[in-house]
Amino acid sequence: MGIIKAKDIVFEYIRRDEEGNVEGITRAVDDVSLDIEKGEFIAILGHNGSGKSTLAKHMNALLYPTEGTLWVDGKDTADAANTWDIRQSAGMVFQNPDNQIIGSIVEEDVGFGPENMGVPTDEIWERVGESLKAVGMYEYRKHSPNRLSGGQKQRVAIAGVVAMHPKCIIMDEPTAMLDPNGRKEVIRAARALNDVEKVTVILITHYMDEVIHADKVFVMDKGKVVMQGTPREIFSRVEELKELRLDVPQVTLLAYELKKAGLHLPDGILNTEELVKELWELS
Amino acid sequence: MGIILNHVSYVYSEETSDEIRALNDVNIKINDGEFIGLIGHTGSGKSTLVQHLNGLLRATSGEIYYNGTDIYEKDYNMKEHRSKVGLVFQYPEHQLFEVDVFTDVCFGPKNLGLTKNEAELRAFDALKQVGLSEEYFYQSPFDLSGGQKRRVAIAGVLAMKPEVLILDEPTAGLDPKGRDEILGLIRKLRDENNISILLVSHSMEDVANYVDRIIVMSKGSVLMDDIPREVFGRYRELEAVGLAAPQVTYIMHALKEKGFAVNPLATTIEEAKDEILKGFVR
Repeated sequence: MGIIKAKDIVFEYIRRDEEGNVEGITRAVDDVSLDIEKGEFIAILGHNGSGKSTLAKHMNALLYPTEGTLWVDGKDTADAANTWDIRQSAGMVFQNPDNQIIGSIVEEDVGFGPENMGVPTDEIWERVGESLKAVGMYEYRKHSPNRLSGGQKQRVAIAGVVAMHPKCIIMDEPTAMLDPNGRKEVIRAARALNDVEKVTVILITHYMDEVIHADKVFVMDKGKVVMQGTPREIFSRVEELKELRLDVPQVTLLAYELKKAGLHLPDGILNTEELVKELWELS
Repeated sequence: MGIILNHVSYVYSEETSDEIRALNDVNIKINDGEFIGLIGHTGSGKSTLVQHLNGLLRATSGEIYYNGTDIYEKDYNMKEHRSKVGLVFQYPEHQLFEVDVFTDVCFGPKNLGLTKNEAELRAFDALKQVGLSEEYFYQSPFDLSGGQKRRVAIAGVLAMKPEVLILDEPTAGLDPKGRDEILGLIRKLRDENNISILLVSHSMEDVANYVDRIIVMSKGSVLMDDIPREVFGRYRELEAVGLAAPQVTYIMHALKEKGFAVNPLATTIEEAKDEILKGFVR
């Protein structure tokens, strides 16, 4: 069993009107099964309302399934006795950095999690230092978070999760509110955690170019996983992705358009070097 | 006529040790019907600039002219100005508050002092313009999808009949199709109603695909003000101030370096495709 395993999970919620009468039932996650191995970098794509955030919230027991079972590091999320363990194994980073930072000094903010877990003081400082180094924010440890840029704040939020030594980190659109540099910084930090610290990363995003380095991509629609595969496999299916309100990276789209215009290019080109090489061979 | 900014500066805590120049000698002219992209990293002064345009902040020095009139004149009607220069904030759907969509969009025009009838007509028009179908008009705005909510919020500003529409990251958090829909809508508003558009964006690809002109802000000053090709041609300078060019621009430069006879100034997929294909047609 992998670090996160879902078997036939369904999540339904009941919509009520102002008087509390039941208006209907929405199935936000519909029969999803997946198995994420330790150390993988996973990306989840899907349009607004496709169920990806709802699924993500299952991965650290903020929600638990109506039907089916989800295990985090072997523990059933539906069992309330496991909740604390699960939240330590699986940390979550959200879209808006301003909603996630509480400390008045960067290092205090990062230390909040381990302190809450009852980690001894000396070890807290050790963890704070390590975590800030892992996201490239160590030199800002004495700063006030409100003077930082969006990308820097988001990396502090990630460090706060890392300091709890989770086995996996779930990031729900961590770059949606950031400028291009901030986006790069956050993605670089996420990849470093995965490469160096071997933390399993689950990244939810609307930016296709952030997905190309993932080991595996899941695409969601109407609460179901409708596509899964490597980035190359997924981004080879340009028309299907467009029908799902998604897109492909610009370089992939350019290669696709050139192919349609008659050039013999392979499907699923993911970066500039590949395209230049392929075109060079053609010319 | 448009908006003219003449040597506009905005300074916090002036003449103290904490002095910060959020805007530093900004000179810009926004012409009628233009579609302008405003880019710059977080803290570069974009939002401060935008808030000057509709009078939410007052310049510490310099003048702003709207259709030829100095907006800092004593008897200038600032309330009317704010209806003419409409501002759609980031995540505008957080500002929806009425019981149903239609009432929410009526709020602005009613506040302008229009009759109920006139306000409702405008709300109806505005909702039609943003492409929201009538079945949603009497639903709670909170029951709509993210993209729909954002349309309602934009309609709320359109109902004021603005001549200039400023949008601060109108596509943040939307899926790719939702992004295209909102940007397509904005382009349509410009084309059909001749509204000038100022689009604040962090997406270089979106800016390249839609705007006629780009203003680049850095450290409170205007660093560049030109057509997209010229601005993105200076991608090294953009990178130095925390920005970038669209991915296609990098592809074209890589091709040129490799020895392809391409003009590297393409900024959209369409331009890049045509430019590359030229080299393969013999």
